Amino acid sequence: MRHFFTLLRNELWKLLITPSTYIAAFLFLLIMGFLFQLILLDYANDPKEENPSITFFKLFFIPVFFMVPLLTMKSVAEERASGTIENLMTTPVTVTEVILSKFAAGYIYYTLLWAFTGSFHILFFSFVQKDSIFDPYPIIGGYAYIAISGALFLSQGIFASSLTRSQLIAGIVSFTLVFGFIVVGSYLDELALLWVNQPEWIDTLAKHTDVLQHMRDFSSGIIDTRAIVLYVSCSLAFLFMSILIVEYSEGGS
Amino acid sequence: MDSPEHTIEVEKLYKRYGKVEAVNGISFKVAKGQIVGFLGPNGAGKSTTMKILTGYSRATSGIARICGIPVACHAHEIKRRIGYMPENNPLPLELRVREYLKWRARLKELPFRHRGKRIDEVMERCDLTRAQDRIIGKLSKGFRQRVGIADAILAHPEVIIMDEPTIGLDPHQVIMIRDLISSLQGKMSVIISSHILSEIEMTCDEVIIINHGKIVGQGTPQELRESFINSTIYELEINGSLADLRQSLKTLAANLDVDKFEEADERGFSKVTIRIPGNHDYGEMLFSCLSDNPLIRARSLRKRQAPLEDVFLAATRRSWETLDTDLAEHSESEDSDSEKTEMPAAN
Repeated sequence: MRHFFTLLRNELWKLLITPSTYIAAFLFLLIMGFLFQLILLDYANDPKEENPSITFFKLFFIPVFFMVPLLTMKSVAEERASGTIENLMTTPVTVTEVILSKFAAGYIYYTLLWAFTGSFHILFFSFVQKDSIFDPYPIIGGYAYIAISGALFLSQGIFASSLTRSQLIAGIVSFTLVFGFIVVGSYLDELALLWVNQPEWIDTLAKHTDVLQHMRDFSSGIIDTRAIVLYVSCSLAFLFMSILIVEYSEGGS
Repeated sequence: MDSPEHTIEVEKLYKRYGKVEAVNGISFKVAKGQIVGFLGPNGAGKSTTMKILTGYSRATSGIARICGIPVACHAHEIKRRIGYMPENNPLPLELRVREYLKWRARLKELPFRHRGKRIDEVMERCDLTRAQDRIIGKLSKGFRQRVGIADAILAHPEVIIMDEPTIGLDPHQVIMIRDLISSLQGKMSVIISSHILSEIEMTCDEVIIINHGKIVGQGTPQELRESFINSTIYELEINGSLADLRQSLKTLAANLDVDKFEEADERGFSKVTIRIPGNHDYGEMLFSCLSDNPLIRARSLRKRQAPLEDVFLAATRRSWETLDTDLAEHSESEDSDSEKTEMPAAN
């Protein structure tokens, strides 16, 4: 892993000097701010028991659907299309270092974007709810979930990008994988109703893959290790598969 | 493995893409400090061979060694010993020249204390110093090409592989790159492929001509000329008629023939090309024979070396002819096979 930090530094530097990074961050925060404001408006009209921060976290999948494909589709596909991967792979770097550095750079950017949304909660609690008792655990749980699930979604994106040289195809595959994991995973038991004589294991599986339930658990302060194991192991599997694919197509021997 | 005599050794290298044999049993060796030029039409297998040598692509079978180390099983090790500039020279367009070279130096494990000095040195050699703070994407093609070359020589590699390094450069830059490559002679082994044949001739010690994945000619430019061009050409400027000239030439040798006779200029001199089969030196005899004929006045006489273009065309043509014969024989044998199989059915 000698070159990991050299590669990571270069990836982060490229993110820093590209205007699209700032445009994407601006649009992301604009949409998230808009969502938060909508939630607050809804609460003003119809007061609810639940903390508005929890409702905000429940909508986490909206930015994930567009941010993850946009962030990761470039990673390997662009290098392949422009040919710079040939330059890179003929230096003493390993494919593992290349893939992990791309993943790490994307992950740092992703978590930073979400960290900025923390300001919404700070503003909300310091101005609107300053008289009530501040409970930080739902917020900590929510962000912990976003950090853990982010690793999986980004590794799915990197995997999609390592399959092809076309950024468009990488984006579509990445969206399908993320959408599949969130929507199909959450509604697996409902979807399996189409199956006559629904087997029992589907029910058990559906309990483990319910992404929306994981989010609800984390944002109510329940840190479930089963979910952590699922996300970490799946993201490692996707990263491993990306390494194998790039190693096969570009790694030489 | 300690300092072998040949830095590049290739033995019976094959690369197959489906049914297409991109590289078909190539074998060659490059000595330490030698500059070798790869010539061949598009799709001949030059780039594929280069990619296999760098460890970027796998060969179907055969052995490739860099500094005595087999590329297939020690790809990581050989990457420390090569400097590679791929075809079309892909570069990250958003970085500045110096930034890019610094990053490459770090990747190529150049020691920290030498890094800055070495980057300055290669930028100086490739005339990039004034463009060091410019963004690569905004540079002209010539500058980008030089960034690629600077990167290839950056880490003092033992072997440099460059796929068409002079493409898109203006004559000044071509001369600069040629001098740069020549200056590497004796220090590093260099393999370059190029379509500019005069470039190859001027810089390379040895030329390898590839066609259809096979080596069709190998040797110094002079050796290749001797094996592929079986005629001697003289160019002269004379004042006189073609008939008189033919008459004079007949006295010299029966097989001398006028290849081309251009119209006379305003002073009455015509340019004539004489082709003689075989490699002979008729220079002195031609001079005396022309001066003996009072009807002919000669102004200049020179022996023309066949350009490498002719050698290249002759070598590739010969390989196509061999391929055609092979194909014809193959289809004939297939026909006879099918006849044989049809025979019992007819019976």
